[in-house]
Amino acid sequence: MSETSSHNPNQMTGAAMIVRALADHGIKHIFGYPGGAVLPIYDEIFQQDKVEHILVRHEQGAGHAAEGYARSTGKPGVVLVTSGPGATNMVTPLTDALMDSIPLVCITGQVPTHLIGNDAFQECDTVGITRPCTKHNWLVRNVNDLAKVLHEAFYVATTGRPGPVVVDVPKDVQFATGTYHPPRKSDVHVSYAPRVKGDAAQIRKAVALLAGAKRPVIYTGGGVINSGVEASKLLRELVEATGFPITSTLMGLGAYPASGANWLGMLGMHGTYEANMAMHDCDVMLCVGARFDDRITGRTDAFSPNSKKIHIDIDPSSINKNIRVDVPIIGDCGNVLGDILQVFKAEAKKPDIKTWWQQIAAWKARNSLAYKKNNDVILPQFAIQRLFEATRGHDTYITTEVGQHQMWAAQFFGFEKPHRWMTSGGLGTMGYGLPAALGVQVAHRDSLVVDIAGDASVQMTMQEMATAVQYELPIKIFILNNQYMGMVRQWQQLLHGNRLSHSYTEAMPDFVKLAEAYGGVGLQVFKPGDLDGALQEMIKVRKPVLFDCRVAALENCFPMIPSGKAHNEMLLPAEANDEATAAAFAGGKALV
Amino acid sequence: MNQPASAYFLEDRHDPNETHTLSVLVANEPGVLARVIGLFSGRGYNIESLTVSETESQKHVSRITIVTTGTPMVIQQIKHQLDRMIPVYRVVDMTLTGRAIERELAMVKVRGGGDNRVETLRLADAFRARVIDATTESFVFEITGNSSKISQFIDLMRPLGLVEVSRTGVAAIGRGPEGM
Ligand SMILES: Cc1ncc(C[n+]2csc(CCOP(=O)(O)OP(=O)(O)O)c2C)c(N)n1
Ligand SMILES: [Mg+2]
Repeated sequence: MSETSSHNPNQMTGAAMIVRALADHGIKHIFGYPGGAVLPIYDEIFQQDKVEHILVRHEQGAGHAAEGYARSTGKPGVVLVTSGPGATNMVTPLTDALMDSIPLVCITGQVPTHLIGNDAFQECDTVGITRPCTKHNWLVRNVNDLAKVLHEAFYVATTGRPGPVVVDVPKDVQFATGTYHPPRKSDVHVSYAPRVKGDAAQIRKAVALLAGAKRPVIYTGGGVINSGVEASKLLRELVEATGFPITSTLMGLGAYPASGANWLGMLGMHGTYEANMAMHDCDVMLCVGARFDDRITGRTDAFSPNSKKIHIDIDPSSINKNIRVDVPIIGDCGNVLGDILQVFKAEAKKPDIKTWWQQIAAWKARNSLAYKKNNDVILPQFAIQRLFEATRGHDTYITTEVGQHQMWAAQFFGFEKPHRWMTSGGLGTMGYGLPAALGVQVAHRDSLVVDIAGDASVQMTMQEMATAVQYELPIKIFILNNQYMGMVRQWQQLLHGNRLSHSYTEAMPDFVKLAEAYGGVGLQVFKPGDLDGALQEMIKVRKPVLFDCRVAALENCFPMIPSGKAHNEMLLPAEANDEATAAAFAGGKALV
Repeated sequence: MNQPASAYFLEDRHDPNETHTLSVLVANEPGVLARVIGLFSGRGYNIESLTVSETESQKHVSRITIVTTGTPMVIQQIKHQLDRMIPVYRVVDMTLTGRAIERELAMVKVRGGGDNRVETLRLADAFRARVIDATTESFVFEITGNSSKISQFIDLMRPLGLVEVSRTGVAAIGRGPEGM
């Protein structure tokens, strides 16, 4: 620590300010990796115990761990990495966090200011590279600006539509002494003022539409989760008060309980038949904190053609981006839901939508998630169902990688609460789940944290097993091992004449030995009958586990909206024989 | 329809394009222009013209004027995307206000002798272009006006010996007593 601190406690080095700011923002854990350009900060970390630093094995791991931490707690995730390669390794998690609106504060070291622009050792244009993958970023050239920038960084990351920010701090600024101040309102750009409260007139219009609906549907997204636990509570109350059916995007699972009476399941490309049909045929759609993404809408010109659409979002740029809506409401989901609920309760009564529910029941009866039972090989859907059963009664958090297993997890694992489901939705980042699980486990030491993984994805960030072992984080990596990049194989089968170009993983590692090599526990199961026992063992072990669950190699993920089709043109598993599949995907060279 | 097999929905959008002039007030800080330009290139928006300069130096405020084209939905997106940037104070669609004055300045170098020289000066006069540099074989004209007037002048100079042009891009301001 600097001697100058003897007379003014707010006089300190830039490095000390960073650690102090973390403490002032209530940060208990950060994820990082050292290097030349951040050594002064690491020196400060060494000399204090307010903030615990988790040493990862690759900066991408730090980023995803911080995302998991943030998504499961509602607090910002913090990352510390060095200049040059440390910063560029963060590009994927920053982009991931931007797409999924996850609050991250990433502090990067930079070469000393006088060397910037000189192609110095481990120099890169960090603010330039991360500008398009952050909500905002800063290069701090003067130590006396550092406190202000750090406080603003936390504010920007966590308010409005949350997102990742980068603060790039040259090494000389870390060494220099300046004046620190605690967070204050004036640290933030006056031009940044996200709107939280919805417009009252728009809310009235929305309630009028809801009250007059005959075929309503509520469609929710990650915004409800980001808005906090209260928003989910209000959402449940609104469903209760209106009696409306409700579906959700991948990112919004858990806001409304999967066991709830009005739950239709997930919607979108691999959503349930009833959810997609309800979206297509509804007359009033209430979209809460979702953004009409292309995996949700299918063909935009055939998307829910006869409905009036209400859209609640904190980000005005989400409104009318893909789909024209009738009643946009800019504001925080929780806040607006509260207002809608109040007006609805005061002025409207539950519309009679009995015939709509009958229609929905008929769609539900198509049983769009059905799959054929098999006593010889483990079907991936069955594996998830068994995992779900085995984890009931535990305080469980689920992360995923990206691929078929991710979709099956979303379809077959029932989420009852928000903040329990961490998945890379917008960017679809393979390698997200293992480090994300690590971050979740850091925040929830005694909970059961399971990464539902694919054999290919999990190899992208496997090195973080060492981190899990080092910090005694008993994460459970449940690998649905189909030996393929299953989702790629499925597309190749359906769209590219079954030419399986580079989607088979030869030379698969022995996951059991790999787990043991890291100092964790390896489990392997081939037969459906052995699954439950192995799952119990996995849950019991207080160590990181790699669970190699060998599943049917060629299983496809259904139901599915084929490309270029509308919601009411879904392909259901029962109908997905060769001809029907060919017909559904007609028009491409796939059918040559 | 007969689209190639793809994991994405490939569709053509046929909404007609419109041209809009946007005035954007931003905090004048390092990188702010890069943010704005990066937004346009990253999201595939068009920039027909872009001008920027600090307009209130005590408050560190700059004014960026952007002329862009796109479907009405894209134009609305551009405004929202600009507005949500942290250093952006305000975005005003000057075209929608219907009350904006737009001006551009150009310097136009023309080289030639004999009759062309006389014709050049005659046209310049008609366009109220000022001579700001002259040699026995060349002129540099300064011309202000809306973009189409300037383009028209440049087209007329081409057969008369146009050498080069430097244009500022469009600046815009609303009519009447109110500021933006
Ligand atoms: C980093 C990254 N690279 C490539 C892809 C494209 N991709 C999507 S799913 C997938 C296959 C995933 O295979 P696996 O993890 O085994 O999961 P499965 O589909 O077999 O369940 C690939 C390559 C991606 N999403 N992310
Ligand atoms: Mg696989």
